[in-house]
Amino acid sequence: MSSHSADAASLAEGPVCPVPVSDAKRVQLGHGSGGKMSATLLRERFLPHFGNPTLDRLGDAAVVDVAAGRLAISTDTFVVSPLEFPGGNIGTLAVHGTLNDLAMMGARPRYLTAGFVLEEGLELDVLDRVLAEMSRTAREAGVAIVTGDTKVVERGKADGLFINTTGVGEVDSAFAPAPERARAGDAILVSGPVGRHGIAIMTVREGLAFEAELESDTANLYPLVSALRGALGDAVHVLRDPTRGGVASALNEIASTARVGIMLEETALPVPGPVAAACEMLGFDPLYVANEGVLVAFVDGAVAAAALAALRAHPLGGEAAIVGRAISNHPGVVAMRTAIGGTRVVDMLPGDQLPRIC
Amino acid sequence: MDRRGDARFRRNGRDVKYLSEYRDGKIARRLAAEIRRTASRPWVLMEVCGGQTHTIVKQGIDELLDGAVEMIHGPGCPVCVTPLEQIDRALHLASQPNVIFTSFGDMLRVPGSQSDLLQVRARGGDVRIVYSPLDALALAQQHPDREVVFFAVGFETTAPANAMAVFRARQLGLTNFSVLVSHVTVPPAMTAILESPDNRVQGFLAAGHVCTVMGWTEYEPIAARYKAPIVVTGFEPVDILEGMLMAVKQLEEGRCEVENQYVRSVQRDGNRPAQDLVAKVFRLVDRQWRGIGTIPASGLGLREEFAVHDAERKFGAAAITATEPAECRAGDVLRGKLKPHECPAFGTRCTPEHPLGAPMVSSEGACAAYYNYGRFRGVVAQR
Repeated sequence: MSSHSADAASLAEGPVCPVPVSDAKRVQLGHGSGGKMSATLLRERFLPHFGNPTLDRLGDAAVVDVAAGRLAISTDTFVVSPLEFPGGNIGTLAVHGTLNDLAMMGARPRYLTAGFVLEEGLELDVLDRVLAEMSRTAREAGVAIVTGDTKVVERGKADGLFINTTGVGEVDSAFAPAPERARAGDAILVSGPVGRHGIAIMTVREGLAFEAELESDTANLYPLVSALRGALGDAVHVLRDPTRGGVASALNEIASTARVGIMLEETALPVPGPVAAACEMLGFDPLYVANEGVLVAFVDGAVAAAALAALRAHPLGGEAAIVGRAISNHPGVVAMRTAIGGTRVVDMLPGDQLPRIC
Repeated sequence: MDRRGDARFRRNGRDVKYLSEYRDGKIARRLAAEIRRTASRPWVLMEVCGGQTHTIVKQGIDELLDGAVEMIHGPGCPVCVTPLEQIDRALHLASQPNVIFTSFGDMLRVPGSQSDLLQVRARGGDVRIVYSPLDALALAQQHPDREVVFFAVGFETTAPANAMAVFRARQLGLTNFSVLVSHVTVPPAMTAILESPDNRVQGFLAAGHVCTVMGWTEYEPIAARYKAPIVVTGFEPVDILEGMLMAVKQLEEGRCEVENQYVRSVQRDGNRPAQDLVAKVFRLVDRQWRGIGTIPASGLGLREEFAVHDAERKFGAAAITATEPAECRAGDVLRGKLKPHECPAFGTRCTPEHPLGAPMVSSEGACAAYYNYGRFRGVVAQR
């Protein structure tokens, strides 16, 4: 991991001469100086969690082995408030989020890079817990964090900690799900209950007290992808992880890319009780709430039952459901058959959902 | 208006089932069939509350009725009827450097003359979403050196909690807490609609949660005088269909009474302690309704003894006035004279991203319901 000074602004304000304090409990600007404090931070905090032969070489770049063929590469930057929440922390998301983006292309995740923007004053214990989560989740996914970077910015210039991760995965040439491959007749499945991540974050951020504690659903989705590939192969047409904007936004993007219509069944959609209750209270629609451990799959309608069985056979997919189908009517538009038998359009939202007055 | 009461999560360790029962497709279809059988001609009903409008459009209730009842969408969206100048005053206050401006989330996207609260926040205004006026009060306690203003909008539903916040502020001597009041009440609006020369409304579904607070005695003279049945109705699909059926039966039988469908929440006299608190803090005032104009004695304003908590006076905001954009036909929509998709600007020059008026962005607005649930794309039948 390389480490550089905080930012130009802090240098411009005058001489910065951080005094190394060995027992400091918080991130200081000196941790980004490139000097001894930076080296200590790297040695004492990052390497114990992330250490692997590639990273331990501490070269300017990681040199890794890959199978012959094509690579999938994806990058994502993670900002979340609060940094820690029921079910995980920003580190869990930073690993799962990027790995899942690779998995949705059918790629087997191999390597991750990690860039950190630390805010002066961040508790080192918090950083430790974040790094421990990244280490645990990467290890469980069989992925190595092979290179990284840290920067420190002055207090007030970041929300504690931002993380960027880039993932590299190996593409299976015989398995290429893609949004444009959705076609009329496809069955649409979700791998589990929707809305848990968004509502879990909202509950802690806004201090809303619900009786039933809700945990984020953050999870590595590759095992589910692998199960689908094993059972259905190329009959899997589209995979998508409905994060920000929820299932509704993901489906709208697919409908619009593939020029198919989509008809959902409201009664088929798995919405956990606490999510439904919180949405009821806030005036939210669970279809638009973020997920971090759910995938949406479009599969050939003829193998819908096999897809459902493959998902349900995995612990992550125990509550998988067939929620709708792709149709040739109203291309580009997502509609839903309501619980009482009416129809409505499920559109993209212009921005965030806002809690209603009453 | 207020649907919060329906969100009971668990009771005695069990999920409460009643909400799902009020969304039961079989019961809903049975009620719809009975309405179609009962109606000898197409009756015209108005659902007063924007929450009911959203249920009707979101669930596709009108599709089940096959023209037996025409629903006209009423003015009961507090965000929609808040006058433009009051929004401009809110934007002015929210831009003040020492002010923490607090509001329910709904109000943030409502367009003022030049801007909205989200844009004010992006420019550095301290605008915060709260879930209760008491949260705003707590902010005033935490920040004695700042001015905390709460945007007190809504019908009778939100009035008691807002009254409580002001009442507590006076008890606690929190002079840095004030409210920008834009409260309105339902009965004068119903009367104004019935008095209108081109009125088509033959009966009402009254707003269940307004009546939870106020009861329904004030509707009895309206039903009698204008020969219009009024059914106090809840917000779930089965509630609304049952309320419609009750109103249609009255019309068929030539009755014009106030009936209560929402028995699990509403009693005839309402919630007396809440009414007393509202009366202590507020008094009846003439109030301007966005797109409709001034309706006499249709709003609530702070009583003189609470003037120190009146943001308009405190910041001299009353001087701000505004003219509504001529192109926005919100007034006609709110009076039920125009269906949202019949407005020439609907979906073209007026969308949720670039709204001309509040009904396009409020979560209870009729235009938003039509737009978001696609009542214009030919995917869903238009009635």
